[in-house]
Amino acid sequence: MLPALLILHAVCGAVALAAGRRLGRYAWLAGAVAPAATVLWLGANSSRLADDGGIVSRTEWVPSLGLALDLRLDAFSALMVLLVSGIGVLVYAYAWQYFGASGRSGQAAGLLTLFAGAMLGVVVADNLLVLYLFWELTSVTSYLLIGLDDDDPEARSAAQHALLVTGFGGLTMLGGLVILGQQAGTFRISELLAAPPSGSATTAALVLILVGAFTKSAQYPFHSWLPGAMVAPTPISAYLHSAAMVKAGVYLVARLAPAFADVAVWRPLVLTVGLVTMIAGGLRALRPTDLKQLLAMGTISQLGFLVVLFGIGRPEATAAGCALLLSHGLFKAALFMVVGIVDHETRTRDIDQLPVLGRGWATTRAVAVASAASMAALPPLAGFLAKEKAYAALVEGGTVDRLTLAGIVIGSVLTVAYSLRFGFALVRPDAVSDRRSAREEADHAPGPWFVVPGLVLALGSIVLGLVPALWSGLVDRAANALDPAASAYLELWHGFSAPLVLSLVTLAAGVTLFAVRRVVAGAQERAAFPVTGTRVYEAGVQGTLEVAARVTSVVQSGSLPIYAAVVLSTAALAPVVALATGRWWNGWPDVVGRPAHVPIAAILIAGCVAATVARRRFAAALLLGVVGYGMALFFVVQGAPDLALTQFAIETLSVVAFLLVFRVLPDRFERRTPALRHSLRLAVSATVGVFVMLMAIVASGWRTEPSVSREMSERALPEGDGRNVVNVILVDIRGLDTMGEITVLATAGIGVAALARAGRRPRRSRATRPRPRPAEQEVVAS
Amino acid sequence: MTRRSLILDTTVRLVFDGVLVLSVYLLFAGHNQPGGGFVGGLVAAAALALRYIAGGFDEVRSTLRFRPWTLLSAGLLLAVGTALVPVVFGLAALDHDALEVNVALLGKVKATSATVFDTGVYLVVVGFVLMIFEGLGDDPDDARRDVREEAS
Repeated sequence: MLPALLILHAVCGAVALAAGRRLGRYAWLAGAVAPAATVLWLGANSSRLADDGGIVSRTEWVPSLGLALDLRLDAFSALMVLLVSGIGVLVYAYAWQYFGASGRSGQAAGLLTLFAGAMLGVVVADNLLVLYLFWELTSVTSYLLIGLDDDDPEARSAAQHALLVTGFGGLTMLGGLVILGQQAGTFRISELLAAPPSGSATTAALVLILVGAFTKSAQYPFHSWLPGAMVAPTPISAYLHSAAMVKAGVYLVARLAPAFADVAVWRPLVLTVGLVTMIAGGLRALRPTDLKQLLAMGTISQLGFLVVLFGIGRPEATAAGCALLLSHGLFKAALFMVVGIVDHETRTRDIDQLPVLGRGWATTRAVAVASAASMAALPPLAGFLAKEKAYAALVEGGTVDRLTLAGIVIGSVLTVAYSLRFGFALVRPDAVSDRRSAREEADHAPGPWFVVPGLVLALGSIVLGLVPALWSGLVDRAANALDPAASAYLELWHGFSAPLVLSLVTLAAGVTLFAVRRVVAGAQERAAFPVTGTRVYEAGVQGTLEVAARVTSVVQSGSLPIYAAVVLSTAALAPVVALATGRWWNGWPDVVGRPAHVPIAAILIAGCVAATVARRRFAAALLLGVVGYGMALFFVVQGAPDLALTQFAIETLSVVAFLLVFRVLPDRFERRTPALRHSLRLAVSATVGVFVMLMAIVASGWRTEPSVSREMSERALPEGDGRNVVNVILVDIRGLDTMGEITVLATAGIGVAALARAGRRPRRSRATRPRPRPAEQEVVAS
Repeated sequence: MTRRSLILDTTVRLVFDGVLVLSVYLLFAGHNQPGGGFVGGLVAAAALALRYIAGGFDEVRSTLRFRPWTLLSAGLLLAVGTALVPVVFGLAALDHDALEVNVALLGKVKATSATVFDTGVYLVVVGFVLMIFEGLGDDPDDARRDVREEAS
């Protein structure tokens, strides 16, 4: 059933894309079929998840290479599917309102569905290579989604930024996945995790894979693409940057951590990156006045938090990570939806520009406040339960755990502060803005259906917070699937304990930080980090382009003599290395001499010498033809009529081809060439000539096995039904070679025609010549 | 092309058909006697080259209704198709079979599927040479003018 769901996504996506123009906003309905079906199927099959190994599906792909489409849905994958498809359905409902009758609906819905399918593939893949395939599909589709508004250069460059960074990470990861698979002897993820390999190669593989996960989950120092990606329409941001894409990296870390967290580099790397991301992202979320940017930085911070919790690889932390995964999906998607509503209705999302959101905005404001409170981990909301769990997991550990805990507390304090900023921006914008002039009342409010998806999510945050039993089992099973030792029991109140104290301290510190926000903002301005990720990225891209331009200008000089010299001398000199290092002389070959050879050889030598001294191109070509015909005579004397015939025909046609080319070249060769160039040409020619001669003699001297020609002659008639051995070889014995050769011939023909045409100007056919514009014609006429 | 040589014109017309017949003969005789698709194609191309020298590319175009790339792709398709037919019957690709039939007047005629493959080669070779004419040939006067324009 799992492959069927993936196919359903592809089909729904294709339908929405293909019929987008005709469907209009109904494209969202067509697209939503796939995630809705996924959620329903998940609901109907949830009991099967508890089975050992979950729901497994295997479709053979390339059996000879051991490649199969291995899919596996365990409880943790189910949690991810719930996020991907469950929140997905709400996002579709939201986008229905957001896009309205806009022309981009079909495109957006189709791509989003394809993306959802790819994301589903990532979380249910049970084979490293299958996972990689879907991983890259998410990169490509998200590139298209971020650049949806392709008229906007900013959107295009942001999309490119995201693609380059995640694509770089993806390729790095592929290297790691291949090494890991080789080390483990299997590419099945479940088998690999059951018996994890070790050693330095595995360590290297893990670092490479982590780089991929970090780019995808926008961890420092690869975070810079995510704020730029905010140019995408908000429903897309709500989906890609809350529930789905950015969690792919977290998913991978979560999958691998229980098996590999004890590898020496894992914890230092993952914890450092995660904590830096959490704190730096939180700090940067304190500054932007664009609400969407605020959420983007907040998302980066939260992703760092998730990476820390899963990456530490301890059962309790893993369980806390599962809880945070779900609660973050709920509140972050809702917050993005709120920003989208504000942007859509008031045409701004800048805190300084926001109007007063008065009548009709009550529900939107409530959604925003509840979700922001959940983000700040205010009891009794879902976010609070998750954060309590995280504190509890780390509070009783060693030094590393304590340090990590300290980092998380700092990050959480920042989270509280920027959550407050977000909440106040909607309720009392003047409190968080430098603007002094009075604000107008928003002239209209969102329709009720626009708010419903966000409301559902916000209610989710509240209900799950109030009734932990609702999701305690879900989180418990998910954590258990990752790490058999992990179990989670979510409770709203578990006594006056250290985690609770920490929560209260966090909240108090956060509120304080918010209260002194102007001082903090001033300090931030003065102590701004000198190097931003975006600038590094831009410098990287610019540098690559410059290096490429330089390399191209050196390698592709455009000079035919240089190309010819490089190709010929490489061909002549490279085998010399092999000749020089090995045993190369095996005696003189058997020379078959006949009297008739002597005059032919004389003709050949005379033709060659004459061709080199000829002054006219035409004469040189004819003399080369003489050499060719001489070779044909050789074949005749040796008793190879087929070869002779071919050689005659080829030679004739070559002369014609030469003539064609010569019509556009001067009659004579250039008279005087500079001495240096002249001697260089001589040297290259002499090298090639000597080499070819040497090669012919040496190679002929190396016949150690009897020739195959006798066998071919014997088998030609009975098996090839032909008496002409050469032809039987060509069409039968070596038929595949011939097929390759004629393919090359066809390609070369197309190449010749294309090259020759490219070098010409359009002429004769007036249709291809650019016509002068009417205005120019007038000028010419006057 | 402004001037045409009457002698060349007439000779080419006389020779052309004979050379083409020769090329087809080479193609079909190739399996047992000297010849084959490759040589046959080259000879046919040489015949067309004669046509080209006598009357320019327009002459070749009027002689041959197919464009070079049509021949090229048809030949490639034919060869690949022939190569793949045995696969359909569960044999190795490029496995050839022979068929002997008694044709009135001619007697016993042996036909092998290799000839079909060779015909593909023949077409590719003709197409390739025509492609070169198409690319490098065209109108010489115009080409000259281009060189002068670039030089000045």
